[in-house]
Amino acid sequence: MTTTQSQATEVVDMITLVIDGFEVSVPKGTLVIRAAEKLGIQIPRFCDHPLLDPVGACRQCLVDIEINGRAFPKPQASCTIPVEPGMIVKTQLTSDVAEKAQRGVMELLLINHPLDCPVCDKGGECPLQNQAMSNGQAESRFEGKKRTFEKPINLSSQVLLDRERCVLCARCTRFSEQIASDPFITLNERGALQQVGIYEEQPFESYFSGNTIQICPVGALTSATYRFRARPFDLVSTPSACEHCASGCDMRTDVRRGKTLRRLAGDDPTINEEWNCDKGRWAFKYITALDRLSQPMVRNADGELVVTSWPEAIAAAAAGLSGAKAAVLVGGRATYEDAYGYSKFARVALGTNDIDFRARPTSDEERDFLAAHVVGSSATYKDIDKADHVLLVGFEPEEESPIVFLRLNKQVKKRALKVTSIGTKLSIGVEKLGATFVKVAPGSEAAAIASQSLTAQSIILVGERASESAGALSAVAALASQSGAKFAWIPRRAGERGALEAGAIGNLLPGGRPVTDAAARVDLASAWSVESVPTHLGRSTKEIISAVNSGELSALVVGGVDPLDLDSSAETMSALKKAFVVSLEIAPSAVTERADVVLPVAAVTEKSGSFLNWTGSARAFDSAVADSLNRSDVRILSMIADALGKTISLGTVSAAAREIASLGLWDGARASFTATPARSAAPLAADEALITSWRRLLDLGTLQKGEENLAGTARQTIAVISPKRATSIGVITGDRISISNAQGSVVLPVLVEDIHDDAVWAPRNSRGSELLSKLGNAHGGVVKVVKA
Amino acid sequence: MTKLVPILSAHWDEKDSFTIEAYTRNGGYKASAKALSMDPDAVIQLVKDSGLRGRGGAGFPTGMKWGFIPQGDNKDHYLVVNADESEPGTCKDTPLMMANPHVLIEGCIIASHAIRAKYAFIYIRGEVTHVVRRLNQAIEDAYKAGHLGKGIELVLHVGAGAYICGEETALLDSLEGFRGQPRLRPPFPAIAGLYARPTVVNNVESIASVPAIITNGAEWYQKYGTEKSKGMTLYSLSGHVVNPGQFEAPLGITLREILEIAGGVRSGHKLKFWTPGGSSTPLFTDAHLDIALDYEGVAAAGSMLGTKALQIFDETTCVVRAVLRWTEFYKHESCGKCTPCREGTWWLVQILRDLENGSGTEEDLAKLLDLCDNIMGRSFCALGDGATSPITSSIKYFRDEYIAHVTGKGCPFDPVASTIFSTTGAR
Amino acid sequence: MFSDQDLQVMDSIIKRYPRSRSAIMPLLHYVQSKAGYVTSEGIELVAKLLTIETAEVSAVATFYTQYKRKPVGEYHVGVCTNTLCAVMGGDEIFAGLKDHLGIENDGVTADGKVSLEHIECNAACDYAPVVMANWEFYDNQTVQSSKDLVDSMRQGNPPAPTRGPNSLPTWKENSAVLAGINDGRANEGVQAGQPTLLGLKLSKEGK
Repeated sequence: MTTTQSQATEVVDMITLVIDGFEVSVPKGTLVIRAAEKLGIQIPRFCDHPLLDPVGACRQCLVDIEINGRAFPKPQASCTIPVEPGMIVKTQLTSDVAEKAQRGVMELLLINHPLDCPVCDKGGECPLQNQAMSNGQAESRFEGKKRTFEKPINLSSQVLLDRERCVLCARCTRFSEQIASDPFITLNERGALQQVGIYEEQPFESYFSGNTIQICPVGALTSATYRFRARPFDLVSTPSACEHCASGCDMRTDVRRGKTLRRLAGDDPTINEEWNCDKGRWAFKYITALDRLSQPMVRNADGELVVTSWPEAIAAAAAGLSGAKAAVLVGGRATYEDAYGYSKFARVALGTNDIDFRARPTSDEERDFLAAHVVGSSATYKDIDKADHVLLVGFEPEEESPIVFLRLNKQVKKRALKVTSIGTKLSIGVEKLGATFVKVAPGSEAAAIASQSLTAQSIILVGERASESAGALSAVAALASQSGAKFAWIPRRAGERGALEAGAIGNLLPGGRPVTDAAARVDLASAWSVESVPTHLGRSTKEIISAVNSGELSALVVGGVDPLDLDSSAETMSALKKAFVVSLEIAPSAVTERADVVLPVAAVTEKSGSFLNWTGSARAFDSAVADSLNRSDVRILSMIADALGKTISLGTVSAAAREIASLGLWDGARASFTATPARSAAPLAADEALITSWRRLLDLGTLQKGEENLAGTARQTIAVISPKRATSIGVITGDRISISNAQGSVVLPVLVEDIHDDAVWAPRNSRGSELLSKLGNAHGGVVKVVKA
Repeated sequence: MTKLVPILSAHWDEKDSFTIEAYTRNGGYKASAKALSMDPDAVIQLVKDSGLRGRGGAGFPTGMKWGFIPQGDNKDHYLVVNADESEPGTCKDTPLMMANPHVLIEGCIIASHAIRAKYAFIYIRGEVTHVVRRLNQAIEDAYKAGHLGKGIELVLHVGAGAYICGEETALLDSLEGFRGQPRLRPPFPAIAGLYARPTVVNNVESIASVPAIITNGAEWYQKYGTEKSKGMTLYSLSGHVVNPGQFEAPLGITLREILEIAGGVRSGHKLKFWTPGGSSTPLFTDAHLDIALDYEGVAAAGSMLGTKALQIFDETTCVVRAVLRWTEFYKHESCGKCTPCREGTWWLVQILRDLENGSGTEEDLAKLLDLCDNIMGRSFCALGDGATSPITSSIKYFRDEYIAHVTGKGCPFDPVASTIFSTTGAR
Repeated sequence: MFSDQDLQVMDSIIKRYPRSRSAIMPLLHYVQSKAGYVTSEGIELVAKLLTIETAEVSAVATFYTQYKRKPVGEYHVGVCTNTLCAVMGGDEIFAGLKDHLGIENDGVTADGKVSLEHIECNAACDYAPVVMANWEFYDNQTVQSSKDLVDSMRQGNPPAPTRGPNSLPTWKENSAVLAGINDGRANEGVQAGQPTLLGLKLSKEGK
């Protein structure tokens, strides 16, 4: 394996030193404080954080050091000093000087601290509280006047700051600058009045702001979501996987009495390190929303949905599906195991390959690209770490896969990684990466891709929106093959990669088995103990909708799809009315409103499962909420299959996981790929433009429902046009423009900025800018742009 | 025969001393012409040989500092002159730059040549507008005369009120456009200074001393001063003396000698305590009148030569009041970065205020000393250390006076008596 | 507030430096030369010119005491109350001025003419007690002389600084000088005061 080889060739210089009388060997460059950790010696600290540059500000970690017999004249901050051969370190455990120095600093840190632990959210999990107990003294000699500030102040609608509790370790400001490149919070004033703050007109609206709360070593930073809600010792913590995007974050979900109260970033050095984005952290109320579906419903003779029993509902679903020409639509949010359930259910119970996980604008080019190049592939975050050049195509990392953004940013800061972005509008995120921006007209991406030169050490990160530009994915495949560059497909939703591997798409069976490959079908059929699996190439989401409307299909099984995410929402609505629909959902939706049978399913925190991130690696999780009565999709599908007499034998998530593992990856030939030519652009009239867009991280996404504090930090909803267009239609930044086509229109305030003259940009799914439902197109379609 | 050696100050008494005409008339810009014709390494060697040491306080050998700059590294190098003179009592660079800005500019040209820097900066504190004017004009004139702009650019950068920017790494952060907070070292400025490039940071007086060394040679400079403290320097006498002012003398002169030259402590009064080099240098008393004022002599007596800011206080001065005021200064100027300095000065001021106004206790003295022990050597930079110097040294020499404040429940001194104007009707 | 000409000046300030961010301090001095203090408009303009965040500009602006967050007087008076000046009479001068002007530390007279601040050591200890006005030196002050000084400021005819230009520039005018703008007045005033020259004089006298 290549990884083993590269590990073997990475020679690490080890340095041996003595700490408190114990010898320890650590890699060269290791800081003394971490070498001590290796021995289990905890040196107290506040400003130190392994993922931030050393700063040596709090002075809590002072130790005595001598090197080859020469002692430093004064105690040194162990968080800033790298180990050296012959170093002898004495921590508070063996040096009176270090012990007194630490006790002295602790006393100083506490003189202006309010000591309001009983009412502080951090109480019980507070590094200041803990270390004051372990390394401080019981009594303070301070009899003077404490510094007081008005408290708390809002840094954003989500983040609050209590300046009196702050110990000025600058972890938050350093995170914002060094990791997120969002220096919206800074240290202000100086001396004893130094304080963290924002500029009064610019709140702390960073997509990563929540991390500052998590790394705050005191209760200075709190979130509007969790503030005053719980005591840490009342919470039950479960490791979990983030369901919001394909970055693949490790998370921790904290639950009290069955209710999720907060989610924190977990620590996975290979993926999210110790960070996550604010959506992953704070968008979880949808799970406990009051309108959560909890009981099955069946539409009665009067056309009303009525609550029924599970056996009746399952029977009704089976009755409706039995003998019908049915297809499956499964949204990109299903877990790997659930997606596998839908995939097997379609083939075995419904006898069809008509299944598509892509609840978004798609193309056949993409379907073929995924089968030929993505399924089973394994580019990783480490490839970004090593790349000489990263090319972004149809992909906005900060908006669409924030942890990929953080990794890119880390490498840009660490070693000036070269990043190029091919896109229609320069984004804030791409600008922060200092990327070379290759500006194209919507739909003209392919030519720009072809003109890039990469090496075998480069990596192309291509987003799901590349499917919206004909020829773009073909150009990516060609560029990679010419240059030897790696590429990775990074979908937005957490479940898409898993669904692809599970075969929840018309041209693939589970494990990357091509539908068109007879050997692959036989292999699967024998594994499933069925006579055969369907042979025809399955329909795409859009084709399934059309087939229902044209009468070729008569039933749909729909799991977690929002019709407003599709570029054919009107057709979808009518198809949902026309077909017999079985809906597996967590909350009422446009689908459940039209469904014949509604089956409530478990949300991620209520079930076990796994998500495959964009690299194809899985993060499994257990149910965070013990004893949830809600069932996973795969369990329910198994029940329907049983009722249909076509058993799929996936009664539990673990059964599905075991079966996926035993099936393995198809080792036969990959599906072939035929390049799709780029389309040439039609000439535009003076008031016409090509629409282009992406989804903002924080927008009208279903899983963000009810998160008002989080929504308050979203970026402004604006449309963007070029200076030339602005002049021609007579608008300046701040005016309103109308973007319209035959289907509808949106009216938005305009920002005049550097964007292709042929383009107009607007967020894809923000309030007032719901492009897919209002215009039916979000990239490349011709729209009329006029002053509103 | 006078002990004074006016070299830097030689022409200050000419009315137009600050102009390029006067400077040229007195032989200015010949040293830079000479240096530019020399190999840069030879210039460094000459300065090393002269024994010139940093005049900003630490006394680090100037030539050695220049020699630390990596050569042939294909990186930009920078010279930064520290003209942020803000240490209480220190008042030498400001009059120097007001009276003769060109000597500093010429020194910059020579130093830049030596360290292969194309860009030099003078970081001057912002509270001395007329000196800014003079320097700005002098730089303009030096450009016009062709001394600058031919391979060496010189930029005047004006600060905005922050003592900490006299600390060289804080100065660099400030010059880069950040808050002036000290940086972690290593890397040292010689490796990664301004814009993370090799940088020399020198005090005004150090750089201004260079042209005369180039002109007269290392041996000439070596003739002055003591064994390890070569040359002449500006001693700034202030406070309760008959004649305050600048005295340029060889290193190693004593305060007794300077006072003799200057006319002594103000009449009818006697010396009580003094600083050898600004408020951060531990106090001396009349027992230290014969200490040689060079780097070694002052250090051996338990203080530091510092900036040679000789602040003289007579017996009318309450030492607790004096120390409290300095401590308030450190609290005001603490940058806030590290805990001991930020929180420690906040606390020290409160204890000293209590002591000065009579509400302190004898235990407060022990607490003060223990607090100083927890700040000294524990803070990020020398500002915290400096804050403890007046306290520990004053308690060492004047413990009884502190106790008198406690037992007498107040300050035994009349503050008006220490003013220089008439003790009657001062208000 | 900021004209096209101002923007040109600010652009030339940025061009002095190898890296633009270094210009933040002179730009803030320049903002004060136009607005009198660091206004929100000024912070936003500087952020825009340097392509950094406004928070980064305010972080810098609040660190340095010469940048004012609210208007100061046409004449901003600073009384040195660091130890040496305080002991020599600075405390009395500061108390006297507060009383005389009826304002506290950081206060401005109602007519907007004079503001008062106690300042730290201004590198003129041999001229103690020292008063600064718009950061020009008024050396060897007494309680009475400093009262006379502020009175003359309120009447619009302050005397020339002891060591400085031939007349006292306004706060805004001097802020421009601190931004590096040459006002052509470098040649005005003495080259040095008597204490500066004392050592030289005595050495010439052979002492």
